[in-house]
Amino acid sequence: MTEYTPDALPRKKPLSLQLDPRLFEPATAEEKEQHDVMRESTTFFKDGLRRLMKNPLSVMSLVTLLLLLVVIVVAPMIVPYGYSEVIKVDGQRDRGITNLRPMTYSVMEQAKIDAGGTVFPHLFGTDEIGRDYFIRNIYGARVSLAVGFFASIIVLVIGLLYGSVSGYVGGKTDIVMMRIVDIIYSLPDTLMVVMLSVVLDQVLGDSLQGTILASLGNNMISMFLVFGVLYWVGMARLVRGQILSIKNNEYVLAAKALGAGSRRIILKHILPNCISVIFIATALQIPSAIFVESFLSFIGLGVQAPMPSLGSLANLARGGMQIYSYKMLFPALGICLIVLSFNLLGDGLRDAFDPKLRR
Amino acid sequence: MLKYSIKRIILAAVTVFIIAAITFFAMNAIPGGPFAKEKASEPRIRAVLEKRFNLDKPVGEQFVLYLRNFFQGDFGVSTKTGREISTTIFTSFSVSARLGGMAVLTALVFGLILGSVAALMRGKWPDRVIIFFTTFFVSVPSFILATLLLLVFSLQLGWFPVWTPANPNYTLPVIALALYPMAYITRLTKSSMLDVLGQDYIRTARAKGVREQLVIFKHALRNALIPVITYVGPLTAYILTGSLVVETVFNIGGLGTHFVTGINNRDYPMIMGTTLFLATLMVMMTLISDLLYKAIDPKITFD
Repeated sequence: MTEYTPDALPRKKPLSLQLDPRLFEPATAEEKEQHDVMRESTTFFKDGLRRLMKNPLSVMSLVTLLLLLVVIVVAPMIVPYGYSEVIKVDGQRDRGITNLRPMTYSVMEQAKIDAGGTVFPHLFGTDEIGRDYFIRNIYGARVSLAVGFFASIIVLVIGLLYGSVSGYVGGKTDIVMMRIVDIIYSLPDTLMVVMLSVVLDQVLGDSLQGTILASLGNNMISMFLVFGVLYWVGMARLVRGQILSIKNNEYVLAAKALGAGSRRIILKHILPNCISVIFIATALQIPSAIFVESFLSFIGLGVQAPMPSLGSLANLARGGMQIYSYKMLFPALGICLIVLSFNLLGDGLRDAFDPKLRR
Repeated sequence: MLKYSIKRIILAAVTVFIIAAITFFAMNAIPGGPFAKEKASEPRIRAVLEKRFNLDKPVGEQFVLYLRNFFQGDFGVSTKTGREISTTIFTSFSVSARLGGMAVLTALVFGLILGSVAALMRGKWPDRVIIFFTTFFVSVPSFILATLLLLVFSLQLGWFPVWTPANPNYTLPVIALALYPMAYITRLTKSSMLDVLGQDYIRTARAKGVREQLVIFKHALRNALIPVITYVGPLTAYILTGSLVVETVFNIGGLGTHFVTGINNRDYPMIMGTTLFLATLMVMMTLISDLLYKAIDPKITFD
């Protein structure tokens, strides 16, 4: 390559409209430096993750949720009591074991300890019929998290399918599909959830008997069904909006020109570009599902009797509230902690991943 | 505006119709029918009962009759108490409406004040304190808040008497109901206030020497109110459903208590009646807040 000197450049032809190359100045070293790539190029996901990790609140809630997850997975393996098991001492019924305060033992248990035996401590005490309250809370948190998670998945699947069809096909189909969404959206959700779960609970009746689903209980199934019926509309709207805005981009046109089919365009070009927004909306769906579940359990419509959930535990604790006020505290704190962590994490995810909020 | 209003009113009417259809067919889907548990299973008595409640007619006709009764305010009869549900609803609604109204006012007033303070003192400690507490309160379900308030302030500290019909003390129930929407309104007001404060006309007003109070109250707050108005619909919905549990916790004999006891007693006509009533109310409130929003904001064009 020849050295850049004004003399080596070709002269401008007198009548040409071309700019005179001689008028250009060589770039200084400093100017060249500005064009150097300072940072290694990163993927969208890595960059978002880096931002997320910089936000102390998100990290804190992420750690809280992970710890909680570990506890609810590990605790049932360590604690020797079952969630519906009335505690017995050496196979004998113990009358004094009901309503124990946290970390205390009944008379019979104390006698066993004094005799050299070991009794696993009741971390949160026992409930009114002598079941270990700690393990009940653990299972309650399990149920609440599971409901939140699966309900969000149901919402995600239905919303994604409906929204992508509506957004991609467009035209009259879109208008009709969105009118349906508008109407379902304007239904008062909580009331409809309550009513539909009351009815479904009755209608399902014995028809589930003998299937795998029976172990979940009617209430649980009807809760999922209701979620599937009512809550997908928000997700469908979101997905449709995303798809509409991405559909008209040049790279989609390019793909079409190259002969790509609808399937390939949706899967390869459109979905990867809106996946982060959808992912965040799903994450934010979890706390609202937990809210609804605990609300339903609290008014007596949640999971079936021996199986606890944080909402039904809080409801039961209301009975002896004046004497055993600590019983209210555990499930209440549990719900608040889970919902708060998910909300903060969701906010953090949105700040980190939403393309619109980026600098 | 007219076209938009008509469109919204039609949508609301369709929604109410669909809600009525869902409740009607849900009620019909429950196996056994309303009188399956009654002891008087003698065919003659049964026939009279069925005639009284139009159960002998075809389903389509039943639905039409049901709709007509609903719009005349007749929701049927409770299977538990045998009383007219409409009477129960309208008498208990006065209590609920009072509680709900107070909660809406509290949430709006405090939410607007706190939101404006947070926006005006952005980044300083009042802002941080307010945002911390609102984030916290958004994550506490109303029934938990209600129970904890009752436990601490009523039972342990004894600051507020327990609610009785003769001596109603609305303080704690209103707080329990209003905190969540208040937190939400605070956040909404803050962000919309910040948005407005960055506008050119605020700078113009300040530049021409308008007093700061006037800038805030006349120019900023008025415009910042607009997004809050859209929240009035969802707010009413939240307060109404929230009152279901809050009333149960505080043992207030309002609509919510009847709803929850209806569920526990499996009193289907009662559940359906209250659901239908509340749902219609919510749809109306959403409609009003939407129309108000469009009427107030001059920047919105009607398509």
